This record gives sequence, C-alpha cells and structure tokens, in this order.
Amino acid sequence: MKIVVCIKQVPDTKGGVKFNPDGTLDRGAMLAIMNPDDKAGLEAALKIKDATGAEVTVLTMGLPKAADVLREAIAMGADKGVLVTDRVLGGADTWATSTTLAGALRNIDYDLIITGRQAIDGDTAQVGPQIAEHLGIPVISYAQEIAVDGDTVTVKRQYDDRYHMLTAKMPCLVTALSELGAPRYMTPGGIKTACAAEITTWGRADLKDVEDCNLGLNGSPTKIAKASDKVRKGAGEKVTPDSPDEGTAYIIGKLKEKHVI
Amino acid sequence: MDFNLDKEHEMARQLFKDFSENEVKPLAQEIDENHRFPRETVDKLAKYGFLGIPVPKEYGGQGCDILTYAMCVEELSKVCGTTGVIVSAHTSLCVDPIMTYGTEEQKQKYAVPLAKGEKLGAFGLTEPGAGTDAQGQQTKAVLDGDEWVLNGSKCFITNGKEADVYIVIAVTGKVEKRGKVMKEISAFIVEKGTPGFTFGTKENKMGICASSTYELIFTDCRIPKENLLGQQGKGFAIAMHTLDGGRIGIAAQALGLAEGALETTINYVKERKQFGRAIAQFQNTQFVLADLATKVECAKMMVYKAACKKDEFTKNPKTSYSVEAAMAKLCAAEIAMEVTTKCVQLHGGYGFIKEYDVERMMRDAKITEIYEGTSEVQRMVISAALLK
Repeated sequence: MKIVVCIKQVPDTKGGVKFNPDGTLDRGAMLAIMNPDDKAGLEAALKIKDATGAEVTVLTMGLPKAADVLREAIAMGADKGVLVTDRVLGGADTWATSTTLAGALRNIDYDLIITGRQAIDGDTAQVGPQIAEHLGIPVISYAQEIAVDGDTVTVKRQYDDRYHMLTAKMPCLVTALSELGAPRYMTPGGIKTACAAEITTWGRADLKDVEDCNLGLNGSPTKIAKASDKVRKGAGEKVTPDSPDEGTAYIIGKLKEKHVI
Repeated sequence: MDFNLDKEHEMARQLFKDFSENEVKPLAQEIDENHRFPRETVDKLAKYGFLGIPVPKEYGGQGCDILTYAMCVEELSKVCGTTGVIVSAHTSLCVDPIMTYGTEEQKQKYAVPLAKGEKLGAFGLTEPGAGTDAQGQQTKAVLDGDEWVLNGSKCFITNGKEADVYIVIAVTGKVEKRGKVMKEISAFIVEKGTPGFTFGTKENKMGICASSTYELIFTDCRIPKENLLGQQGKGFAIAMHTLDGGRIGIAAQALGLAEGALETTINYVKERKQFGRAIAQFQNTQFVLADLATKVECAKMMVYKAACKKDEFTKNPKTSYSVEAAMAKLCAAEIAMEVTTKCVQLHGGYGFIKEYDVERMMRDAKITEIYEGTSEVQRMVISAALLK
C-alpha cells in the first residue's frame, strides 16, 4: 500500500509574522514548523505503516527550506520526500496550490492521500478537497479516526454534534484533524537517515496536466487586499478580591473609568 | 573550526528539547520528592531510541555520534538531572564497554537489547573501600569449571535495582608488576536474577533522588565463563577507559543542570520585583547572570570538544580523549555547582523552597563533582598527562 501525506511548512505562531509588500506571507523571514493538522495526518499514515508496512511519501510545495519539514517527516518514519518548488509557483492561493499538488500527485503512485484539515496560516480547509476534485477521487474530510482494510478506508468524520462513519474505496483522499492523535517524536537515528536522504525536488516542468494560468500568484483567483499581524493583547491585570462584592465593585469601577458605563 | 551545529545536530537538539519539556519536566519535581524511579520515562526513552544513541544501527542502536548522545544527556538534565544520569550510566558505563570490549556473541546477547532499550544497564566498580583506587577492590571472581564465582559487594551503583545487565569489576588473582605483587582485575557481565546476586541498601541521597542507587551483593554468584568482558586481567584498563567515556556523559549532565538553572533564573529575575522594579534591572543581577552565562558557554565548548574527541576515537582507536573528558567533567561540574548555587541566591528565599526548580538543580549538581571520578581525580588525570 502507498500513502502520500501532503504537508505544509507554516509560520511558527510563537515567532513573529512578516509580510511581503503584496500582502503574502514572507515565509523566508519566519520561524517555521510542520502544520499541526498535517502532522496528525502523518501520524495516522505512520500508524498504518506500522500495522501494514505501507510506504509513506510526504509531499510539500514551498520554498527550498520547506525541505526541512520533509526531513522532519522522514525522521519520524516517512520513507520519501518530494518538494515542489519554483519561483512561478509562489504566492499561490488554495486553487493554485491544489492545482500544483495535483500536478505532482499525478506522477506518484498512491492508494491513499492524507492532508491536514487546514493550515494554521490560512485556515481555509480547501486544499485537500480541491486536490481530490482535480484528481477525480473521493474525499472524506475531518477525519478523527482512519482505518484501512484491504482496498477500503473507513473514516470517523467529525461534526459539531455527531460523527459519521464513512467507507470509501481507495484511491481516495482524507483530510485529517489533530484529534487523530499526538504525533510521535522523531528518533535520533531517524534524523540521521533524514539528513542523508535525497529529497526529490520538482519544478513547474515536472507537474503533469496543469496549465500555467492556474499556477502561482497569477493563477490565484484570491487576491489579498490587506494583511496584518493580529494585534496582541497585553498580559492584563490579575486581581484577587477577597469577596464577590469586592470583585464586582472593582469591575464596575474599571468600567466607569473607561466610560463604558 | 566551525562552532555551528549542522542540520543533523540541530534537529537532534530540537528533538531532545521537545521530549524533555513534554515528557520529562512535568515529572521532575514529583519523582525527586518521592524518590521514585521514573520507569514510565525510561519506557519512552527506549521507544524513541534514546538508550542506544551512539550504538551502530546493526546492533539495534541509532548510529549517531557521541556529540548527539551528549546533547541528549544535556537537554534531559536541563529539566531533570536524574533522567540525564539514567541515560548516561546506561549508555556510557554499560553499553559502551560491551561494544568496545565485548565479543560478537556478547554484543548480540547484551548490547542489542540494551541499545533498543529493552534492557537497562549499570556498572559496578565502586566498593566501600575502593572507588577510583581500583587496587582496593575486594570483590573476587574465581573460575570454577565453566563458571566464574563472584563474591563481594559494590556500592553507590546508579540504575542499581532497575537495571537488567551489569558490568562488574572484580579481582581474579595476583600479578607481579615491576617487582610488586598487584591484584589482577577483570570485568564481567552479570545479569539480574542470577542466583547469588542480590541488592542491599538503597541510598538516601542529597540529589538525583529519583535515581536508583543501590548496593549490589554477590554471594557465590555463578556466571558463565563466557561472561568475562575483554581479556582476563584487563579489567582495570576497561574500567578506566569506560570512565573516560562516562565523564563526557556526566559533564553533559552538569552542563544541562547549569543551563537549566540559568534559563529558569533569567525568567525569574524578569518577573520578581523588589524596590518597585524587576530584579533583572539591578546591576548585581545583570553582572552575576553575565558571569554565569559566560561560564556555561565555556563548559559547553569543553563538553562538546570532549564528545567530538571521543568520536575521533571511534574512527581511530589510537586517539585518546581521556584528558579532554577529564577537563570537560572538571570544568562543567564545578561550573554547574557555582551556577546552580548563584541561581538559588538570585531567587532569594524562594530558591530555598522545593517548588522552585533551582533548589533541586543545586542539590543535583553536587554529585557531578563527585561521581565517575571526583574533581580531584580529574585534576590527577590532567596533571599526569601534563607531567608525563
């Protein structure tokens, strides 16, 4: 069995967020981590590998330094890494990204594709389902459990107030929630293997059945009008009143001070 | 000379840091207070290969270098000195001599499960009357047919009751050297559960309280003849060479303790207010921190250099790392003691309270100046090399 996990290098929320003049993220200037939902998807794939001996390939699109997350994935137990990087692919929105990844996936054998539900830098949750649409395969989103049996995959799909048990024939695509389980750590030996591993690197020319008009910033229907970092809240003031009355009086005093009441 | 870590070592450090923060730190205070060996942590260390870092992959290890191993002990010790020494004693004092002096059969039988973390290792040299002075050894091993019969006891043994495999140093006879009759000393591999091998007193210690430190007792303990490690009569050399490697592990533990105390204190002085401002704003605090950080950096350079020197030994067995290891341990241990003590001082009264990590770190640091050769012994090793 062959599994491809699509992973994304995203800004570490502990670091600062920096933007290019066009409003897109300046990824080169930020600390970066593997997107948490993608990491949960990778863990799900590695569990299937533990149980069945499946081959796990990790695929990412990004700057050359995005190879770091591929190496991290290999250090956790993935077998191969594929990096899609090309200047013409920069500034892609979800449409251009999914087009690109689908173009890469057409070159790879797979039974199951796993993506994270969404990336913490975009929060769109669109890329996974769009890839499935491009490839013409079924998609099951919001997976909190994944089980493989023969040529079918059974997924526990999370909803706000219920869950669905869905079964699909493979090949298919599943988008993973971080509830799939805490990802495993790398191992020291895995890191050694990962650093020695050859990362397959593809550019625009290696993408199959895609058109230039659907790639990169120019191929992105979404235009960013303005982007800014979240205004961070101060640490606040902690008060420990001795009684509810004293606490109430304190709050009312503060609200009056700010002319709220 | 490149002082930057490469990608592989950077990733390894991040791994050890994440593991230590998430899996080790939350237990550190509780296991110290209850003197409880953290078996659940050892199981996780095993799962992620931390118990076989410098062992080749073909022997169940991770195939990494000594620097990676030292960084592992360092990062673990930043948050818990006990966990650091569990890994150090297992790896440097048990797995390493088996890999260096063991037969292929011994490596397969003992080093492989140790490196995989299926078993835990320990090392027994010290006796009530003999530590670094190996000629004071009283434990005897006598060959009887196809078995060695061990009698005697070992004390202060790290991983004591929790280990499965022990390297034990014992007297096997007498030899004449330069006209003097000396004890012939040999090394053995002893398995837990061997009849005649029991445990004595559990030590009640000042620091590294969760570490299992026990007396080992051998009463007509019969082990197979093939459990002799290395050549008969080479036990002293094996023990000393093993301790050379062990000192790098303890130096890394000391470094970690110093770094951990410093990091904790830097956070503390930014928050703690006296006379209307954070104590970080007082020049005394700033100058003390500057001195401590400089010393920690010095210790780090020494420890990493010794680790790299042992890596050279792996490639070229003619390389000696004995002096570098002794210097690293001497330097890092004394710096750990100084840094942790001054960090307690910067915490004021809170530094004396057990809820604050620096209290534990200061107690843990003291042993690094004592075990695997006291600071005085390190000075003997270094000066002997200078004056030979």
